[in-house]
Amino acid sequence: MMGHTVRLAVLAVFVALSLGPFIYMLAFSVKSASEIFSGSLGLLPQSTEGLLNYPRALAAEPLLRYLLNGAIVCAGILIFQLLFAIPCAYAVAKLRFAGRSVVFGLVLFGLLIPIQATALPIYLGLAGVGLLDTYTSLIVPFVASAFGVFLFRQFIKTIPDELLDSARLDGCNEFSVVLRVVAPLTLPTATAFGIFSVVSHWNDLFWPLIVLRSPELNTPPLGILAFRSAEAGDRYGELMAGTVIITAPLVVAFLVAQRRFVEGLSLGALKG
Amino acid sequence: MTLAFAPTLVRRRTLARVGASLIGWAMTLPFVAGMVLFLVLPCIAVLGMAFTDWSLGAREFGFVGFQNFEVLFGDRTFRQSLGNTLIFAAIVTPVSVAIGLWLAVLVEASVRGRAFFRSALFLPVVSTTVAMAIVWEFLLHPTLGPVNTLFAALGLPRQGFLADADTVLVTLAMIGIWENAGYVMVLTLAGLKSIPSDLYDAGAIDGVDEGWSRFWAITFPMLGPTMVFVVIVSLLRSLRTFDTVAALTQGGPRGSSEVLLWTIYEEGFMFFRVGYAAALTVVFVVLLLVITFVKFRVLDRAVHYG
Repeated sequence: MMGHTVRLAVLAVFVALSLGPFIYMLAFSVKSASEIFSGSLGLLPQSTEGLLNYPRALAAEPLLRYLLNGAIVCAGILIFQLLFAIPCAYAVAKLRFAGRSVVFGLVLFGLLIPIQATALPIYLGLAGVGLLDTYTSLIVPFVASAFGVFLFRQFIKTIPDELLDSARLDGCNEFSVVLRVVAPLTLPTATAFGIFSVVSHWNDLFWPLIVLRSPELNTPPLGILAFRSAEAGDRYGELMAGTVIITAPLVVAFLVAQRRFVEGLSLGALKG
Repeated sequence: MTLAFAPTLVRRRTLARVGASLIGWAMTLPFVAGMVLFLVLPCIAVLGMAFTDWSLGAREFGFVGFQNFEVLFGDRTFRQSLGNTLIFAAIVTPVSVAIGLWLAVLVEASVRGRAFFRSALFLPVVSTTVAMAIVWEFLLHPTLGPVNTLFAALGLPRQGFLADADTVLVTLAMIGIWENAGYVMVLTLAGLKSIPSDLYDAGAIDGVDEGWSRFWAITFPMLGPTMVFVVIVSLLRSLRTFDTVAALTQGGPRGSSEVLLWTIYEEGFMFFRVGYAAALTVVFVVLLLVITFVKFRVLDRAVHYG
């Protein structure tokens, strides 16, 4: 029994450390400037004046626009990734064709190389064709996901050939086999992969920082950085309100579908 | 079957094979095209550029052999950057793996609230690093920050944390641990589930049925492959650290938080010294590749043994 209590106490300490920054972010997002400067440690605000931090944050910087940009970029990336990866994974898993092992070799190679390795030439290439500082430049380097093909191939290999053959006997050609039979079956894999993809690209700072110049295209991480430098230091209540707004979509999505998020992001470990 | 049929049969078969290949190619073409454009060609390009003195805006450039690499290893900024990255990884990896493992065992053993604990501890992994970095910056603010207010109340000296060259790297490492421990926990939980419960029953008969003795006798050895995997994943993540540095310190104060990815970003995308940045990239990627190969070997073995 003693062990049980100690375990709970240790867990409680770690949970407090883990959630602490989130709790303080929320608490300070509704505190007035004078209260923050007084250096109090209390979590509850002493007046309701701090609630104005939210409308002020939204007025100071187009935060909702940044969230929309994040959604557009993530959706764009994910749609192309699925569109490219599922047929390719099906072909590699179930069809025999010349060059199949070359394609699979490309997949394995792609798993090894991080975006940071190829960033410089891709940047120069996009600059060469005049596409820097566009939604396209944020989306296009990620449309061919080796990791996606790898995951879908693993799954599609487990689909029994009899199922595919019966679809073919019903008059399906290979393309409609993918569309009608394979794609619906991949839904759980697609969900896990989708969560991994959206979370990584929503949170990514490196690539948007490189290709973007126009503030109106800012993704959420760049947006919150822009907000901080515009606030120039002392309006912490508004800054915390801004970070709440920027972090809210993913945190809420996570709270709604915790198990799926854990699944999707653990899969990501395979990639590194 | 008469001989007359043979040629048509052969032709039909070749046709079928070509047809199958065409379908295969059509289905893989978009992906392959994307890979060639955004992976294969850029990799070749970066390797080539590493041997030039190309600088964006320069009128001409030439091949300089290994000069970039020679300059690199003699460069103070690079050596500091490499050193900082290794120190950062050497703090974050073992500490977050130890904490994550501990958390996994505690969560697995708790009767109630397992889902709550798991989610609460995983939240830092999901949330936007840059935004949370800004929250940390405020929490650790030298004068206004609640952490320093607490230190003062307890009679401890105030700390500069991110503002102080002596503490900045350790502070960033703490944030890295905060982010990674929950990830380690979740990966380890998956490993714990795969330990057959008869092993614990057998252990109980042999007298190892409580706490630490059970952990060291059964859990830890059985977790072996998972732990190696988790260590490598954490190592790769911490070597690639960028967001907190870019958001909070930009390598400062005085280069004391300069890490490899930030140096690559500075050289390539702020100073546009393309050749030099390419050489840096090559060194960085080779470092990651060596570790990734070890990971794949471990994964391979884990699969065979499992």
